[in-house]
Amino acid sequence: MTGFVIRRLLYSLVVLWLVSTLVFAFLHLSPVAVERVVGGPRATAADLAQIRRNLGLDRPVPAQYGDFLARLLRGDLGDSYVNGAPVATLVAERLPTTLLLVLGAGVLWFTGGVVIGVYGATRARRAGDRAATALVLAGLSTPPFVMALVLLHVFSTGLGEVGIGFFEAGPPSRERLLQRMVLPWAALAFLMAAAYARLTRGAMLDVLGEDYVRTARAKGLPERRVVYRHALRSALTPVVTQLGVDVGALVGSTVVIEKVFGLQGVGQLVHQSITLGDTPVIIGVTLLATVFVVVANLLVDVGYSVLDPRVRLP
Amino acid sequence: MNLPEPESGPAPARGRPAWRRFRRDGQSVAALAVLALVTAFALMAPVWAAWTGHPYDATFPREGLDAGGRPVGPGAEFWLGADQLGRDVLVRAAYGARVSLAVGVAAAALATLPGVAVGLLAGYAGGAVDTVITRLLDITLALPALLVAITLATTFPVTSATAGLVMTVLVIAFFSVAGFGRVIRGQVIALREREFVAAARALGAGHLRIMAVELLPNLTAQITVLASLLVPTAIVAEATLSFLGVGVRPPTPSWGSMLGEGGEVFRTAWWLLAVPAALLLLTTLSFNLVGDGVRDALDPRPDRAAGRG
Repeated sequence: MTGFVIRRLLYSLVVLWLVSTLVFAFLHLSPVAVERVVGGPRATAADLAQIRRNLGLDRPVPAQYGDFLARLLRGDLGDSYVNGAPVATLVAERLPTTLLLVLGAGVLWFTGGVVIGVYGATRARRAGDRAATALVLAGLSTPPFVMALVLLHVFSTGLGEVGIGFFEAGPPSRERLLQRMVLPWAALAFLMAAAYARLTRGAMLDVLGEDYVRTARAKGLPERRVVYRHALRSALTPVVTQLGVDVGALVGSTVVIEKVFGLQGVGQLVHQSITLGDTPVIIGVTLLATVFVVVANLLVDVGYSVLDPRVRLP
Repeated sequence: MNLPEPESGPAPARGRPAWRRFRRDGQSVAALAVLALVTAFALMAPVWAAWTGHPYDATFPREGLDAGGRPVGPGAEFWLGADQLGRDVLVRAAYGARVSLAVGVAAAALATLPGVAVGLLAGYAGGAVDTVITRLLDITLALPALLVAITLATTFPVTSATAGLVMTVLVIAFFSVAGFGRVIRGQVIALREREFVAAARALGAGHLRIMAVELLPNLTAQITVLASLLVPTAIVAEATLSFLGVGVRPPTPSWGSMLGEGGEVFRTAWWLLAVPAALLLLTTLSFNLVGDGVRDALDPRPDRAAGRG
């Protein structure tokens, strides 16, 4: 067990190292003149040289690389080109909004997906299943921002004064938190729920064909009990695994939803940094997102190996 | 840019019966017809431009915007309305269809060859080769694809429209290879132990020959399905990148960038939202339906065919 955890931990570190090396390579090979971005259009040649020295850009590449990694190890993601603020601080300010978005939507899509999936599986090949499957297909085919834009349009034009609480600017205030987050949650959850419904339906169909389910039915247990107590419990394992991975993967990848609904999360930070050319911020969020993915995968793998010792075998 | 993973199954039947089964599937045939219409719409883009007299990048501030500077709606002059700069939405949507279809198909095609190659190699070779390839694929899957694409777009800003198009295709293809490779690898591992492979080996066939002549033909059904389901994923990816301004660059119109640029004026000009959104949705939905139909036709297990799940 300990050996397995250590192996997985080392692997996670290798992934993080590879990703940081990749972004360093992007940064170093980039044709963009960083001192221009920092100094602005009116900077003189002397200013530009001074900026290069301050950023350490005049030093040999291996030294810059070593420096980059050493700073990352200390949790220092560098400073914004635009306002000089530490990227770590900028990201930390925005992280709660993104976590609120992802976790809230996660609850919705997990519940919705499982309910639709179980519904489809218990009515396999009948009208209810077909309707559920059509809904799933619609969810899988809808690009995230289309869903968000349509929701925004319908609610902002249709609701009048009542709708204002959905779209107030700035961070969501405590009183209007739910109202403010409902649409972003719905937009994100609708799309994710489709994949979960498909996954749950498949897992349920597999499990419902197993011997122990037949035994439970043969014992004369009510169908409801067989489906929810016996089958669903084991069918949920792959779905919960996916939830862990997705929640990790979505942190930082909710750029589109945050842009459409004006949520000041990490994704919005990325979007604003694109136009400003503020590469350190984008790289910082990319690295942070990788950490989330890697940690989520690690937790899921270790959790899985506790539940099912077979996965520990190489 | 996650690839849907069809479950592995026995080597499916191929050839004429599959086409007959596909033809009987009303939904998939209808979806194929929709795709034909969208393709025709895209191919005719210059025709629309000539017909209406509105090139896709020309602005018509006098005819396209009203006295208050708001875009005019669908009418005799602009059949599907004008956008916030007074450009013709119909013409731009047609050129955007070219971008979406081209990027979707090109990215899927570009991901297929390396995806099949690494999957085949990993699955057939096994051992250390398999471990290394699988680990590399896992690492690619762990990358936050959207953020890496954004990082790439800001560190390597492209100036020409063609460069933007090429880079978008390459980025999407790159992130699609890993999912593809993993599914193929699983298939190959199941096929590797079958008698016909052992027979070929007993007859003295080399590794390359076994991979190319024995295994590859048995994978064609799986490859077809994966590639056709990759097209809508790639189209959504392109639209998302262009929506954020890091995909296809202006003045080339794309459904994604049309939605991104029109964001401010949707409230008064619904057609700026409705036209590209409906086209995008129709196209991805049709590709998904066709992909599912192909899968059902090639692998006629009753559970699959009825469930479409």
